[in-house]
Amino acid sequence: MLKIKDLKVEIEGKEIIKGLSLEINKGEVHAIMGPNGAGKSTLSAVIAGRDEYVVTGGSIEFEGENLMDMVPEDRAHAGVFLSFQYPVEIPGVSVTNFIKTALNESRKARGLEAMPAKDMLKLMREKQALLEMDKQFMSRSLNEGFSGGEKKRNEIFQMAILDPKLSILDETDSGLDIDALRIVANGVNKLKNKDNAVMIITHYQRLLDHIIPDFVHVLYDGKIVKSGDKNLALELEEKGYDWIKKEIEA
Amino acid sequence: MTEEDKLLEEVTSAEYKYGFVTDIDSDTIKNGLNEDVIRLISSKKNEPEWLLEWRLEGFKKFKELVEPEWANVHYKKPDLQAISYYSAPKPKKKLASLDEVDPELLKTFEKLGISLDEQKMLTGVAVDIVVDSVSVATSFKAKLGELGIIFCSISEAIQEHPELVQKYLGTVVPQTDNYYAALNSAVFTDGSFCYIPKGTRCPMELSTYFRINQAGTGQFERTLLIADEGSYVSYLEGCTAPSRDENQLHAAVVELIALDEAEIKYSTVQNWYPGNKEGIGGVFNFVTKRGICHKSAKISWTQVETGSAVTWKYPSCILKGDNSIGEFFSVAVTNNFQQADTGTKMIHIGKNTKSTIISKGIAAGKSNSSYRGLVKIMKGATNARNFSQCDSLLMGDKSGSHTFPYIEVKNKSARIEHEATTSKIGEDQLFYCNQRGIGTDAAIGLIVNGYCKDVLNQLPMEFAVEAQKLLSLSLEGSVG
Repeated sequence: MLKIKDLKVEIEGKEIIKGLSLEINKGEVHAIMGPNGAGKSTLSAVIAGRDEYVVTGGSIEFEGENLMDMVPEDRAHAGVFLSFQYPVEIPGVSVTNFIKTALNESRKARGLEAMPAKDMLKLMREKQALLEMDKQFMSRSLNEGFSGGEKKRNEIFQMAILDPKLSILDETDSGLDIDALRIVANGVNKLKNKDNAVMIITHYQRLLDHIIPDFVHVLYDGKIVKSGDKNLALELEEKGYDWIKKEIEA
Repeated sequence: MTEEDKLLEEVTSAEYKYGFVTDIDSDTIKNGLNEDVIRLISSKKNEPEWLLEWRLEGFKKFKELVEPEWANVHYKKPDLQAISYYSAPKPKKKLASLDEVDPELLKTFEKLGISLDEQKMLTGVAVDIVVDSVSVATSFKAKLGELGIIFCSISEAIQEHPELVQKYLGTVVPQTDNYYAALNSAVFTDGSFCYIPKGTRCPMELSTYFRINQAGTGQFERTLLIADEGSYVSYLEGCTAPSRDENQLHAAVVELIALDEAEIKYSTVQNWYPGNKEGIGGVFNFVTKRGICHKSAKISWTQVETGSAVTWKYPSCILKGDNSIGEFFSVAVTNNFQQADTGTKMIHIGKNTKSTIISKGIAAGKSNSSYRGLVKIMKGATNARNFSQCDSLLMGDKSGSHTFPYIEVKNKSARIEHEATTSKIGEDQLFYCNQRGIGTDAAIGLIVNGYCKDVLNQLPMEFAVEAQKLLSLSLEGSVG
C-alpha cells in the first residue's frame, strides 16, 4: 500500500529525514517510535503533503501512485488520513458541518453524489456512539474549547466517517487520560480491517498496549535504525532510547 | 510559493461572475444636474408640487455641501454633470403579470439565479424589482393588500398614498443630512415603499432586487419603510450589477420608522460590481441608511457586503423611545482594490435603550476594509447598554483592516462594552481542511462562513444560503 524509498526531507535548509525506507501493506499496523526530534512528525506531514517540507530525495508511492505528484486533498481522496497531533480550531464551523463537507468533497472526487442527509445522519450517529461522543459535541465549533481528549476523539471520529485506507496517528496518545485512551484505541481497533492499514507515531508504549502493532520501527536521527515486532516496543520502554543511541554509536 | 501566496493569487484572480449587460432599450434624459433636470424628473413622474419643492430644497442644500473626505477611502470623485439622472426601461406601460415583462430582462434575472416564479412559489417572497429606475414587476400585492400592507415602488406610493409619504419622507434622513443624501433627495427616481398597519405581522419576507443596468446612469434609490405600532416586518434587499469599465455612482437613502412596539428587520446582500482585478471600474456605493425607534421598538440591520469598488455606508439607529433596541450585524468582504468604510451609529436617547453591534470585516488582495462606528449615549438615556464586537480577518499580506470606534457618553449609568480582534486565515487551518479532502477554495469558503456565522445567522433562511454562496464566490478563484 505505502512504499517509501530512501526518503530525504529538508525544512528551511535543515535535513530532517536522511534516507528512510518503509513499506506498509494492507491489514498491517506499524508503530513508529523514537525520541523527540527524530523526524516522526515530519514523516507524517510529508506523507500528508504539507508543503513547507522539501523532499530532496527518494520516493513515496501509495497504491502504486506517486504521492509526491498529488496535492494534499487528492492524497486525502486517495485514502490517506492524518490524525493531527495538534488539531486546529476553526471557529464557527460545527463538527457536523466540517465532516459533512469533508465527506462530500471526497465523494465528489470519486464521482459520487453528495450523501443524502438521512444516510449522513445515520453514519454520524453510528460513529459518534463508537467514540462515545454526546450529541452536543456535534454542534460545537471544530476543536474550539475542546479538551485534549475531545480533540483526539474528534480526530478518530473523522477517521471513522472518512474510512481511509491508510491512517496515520500522530501522537494520538499525547494529552489523553486513561479513559480517553481506551475510547480512542477501541475506536481504532474497531475500524481496523484486512483492507486498511494504520501507522502509529508515538513516544510511548502505552497506546500499543491497546492497539497491538504488527511491526515496530525505531526512528532515530532521520532514519529507521531498528525494526521488530511488538516486543521491540516493550524493550524500548524498559531500556529507554539511550539504549538505541548506544547501539548505533557502537 | 507558499500556500498563502498561492491562495492570494487565486483570490486576486477571482473575476466578477455577474459581469454581463442586458440589452434593453432605455429612455434616458440628457446628462447633467441642474434645477431643470429636477423639474423634469418630477414632471416625468407626475409628482405633486410639494415634492418638487422638497427636492429643490434638497438641491439647494446640496450645492452648499462638499463631498465628505473623512472616510478611509480614496477614489476619483464622480463627475455629477456626466450622469443622466433618469433612465427607464421601455416599454413603460403598466404590467399586470410577468408575461408582460421584457424577455431580455427576465433572462437577466435567470442568469442571476433569481427566477421570479421560483421565488414566488418556493419561498413565498413578494418581490418588487427595480431595474434602473422604474419598477417593472410587483407580486403578491393582492395578498398583502388584504392585510392593509402597502408594498410598492415609491413612485407609486407618491401617487397612491401621498399623505403617508409626505408625513414621513425625510423625517429620519432629512434632505440636508449629508452631501449624498441631499443629492438623492433632489434626484431620486425610484425605490420602495412599505407600510405595515398597526398590530400587523407581515406574513412574508419582503424583498426588493436592485440592479444598475444602464451605462452611465447613477441610481438614486429612496426607500421608506414604516412599521406602525405593534407591527412586524422583515425586509430583504439584494443586488448584483453588470460589469462596467467606468465607475457608477449609487447613492441611496433608506429610512425606517418603527413606531411604538414595532419591529423591523432589514437585511441586505450587496454585490455591486467591484471593479476588475486592476481596480478599474466598479460601483461607488454611498448610502445613507437610518432608522428611528419609538417606544419599545426594535430595528435590526443585517448586511452582507461583498461588492462595490468603494463602499461608504453606516446603517444607523436612533433609539428615541424608552426601552427601544437597535442592532447591527455586518459582514464586509473586500478583494482586489476594493475599499469599504462601513459601520453604524447607535444614538441612545430614550431610557433603557439597548444596542448590539457585530461587525466582521474580511480583506483580501490589495483591498482595504474599515469599520467606523459611533455609540452615543445622550444625557437622558439612563441605563443605556451597548455591546460592540468588531473582528477583522486578513488574507495575504497586502490587504488592510482598520477599526475606528467612537464612543460618546453623556450619562453615567451607561454600560458600554467593546471587543475587537484581528486574525488571519492560517496555513494550519487550510492544511487541516486539505488533509480532510477539502480543497483550498472550499476551505476558504468554510472558514470564512464560520467566521461570519454570528451575522449570517441573523439572515432569513433562504437569504443566508445565498449569502454563504456569495461569500465563497467573492473569495474563490476557481468557481464560475
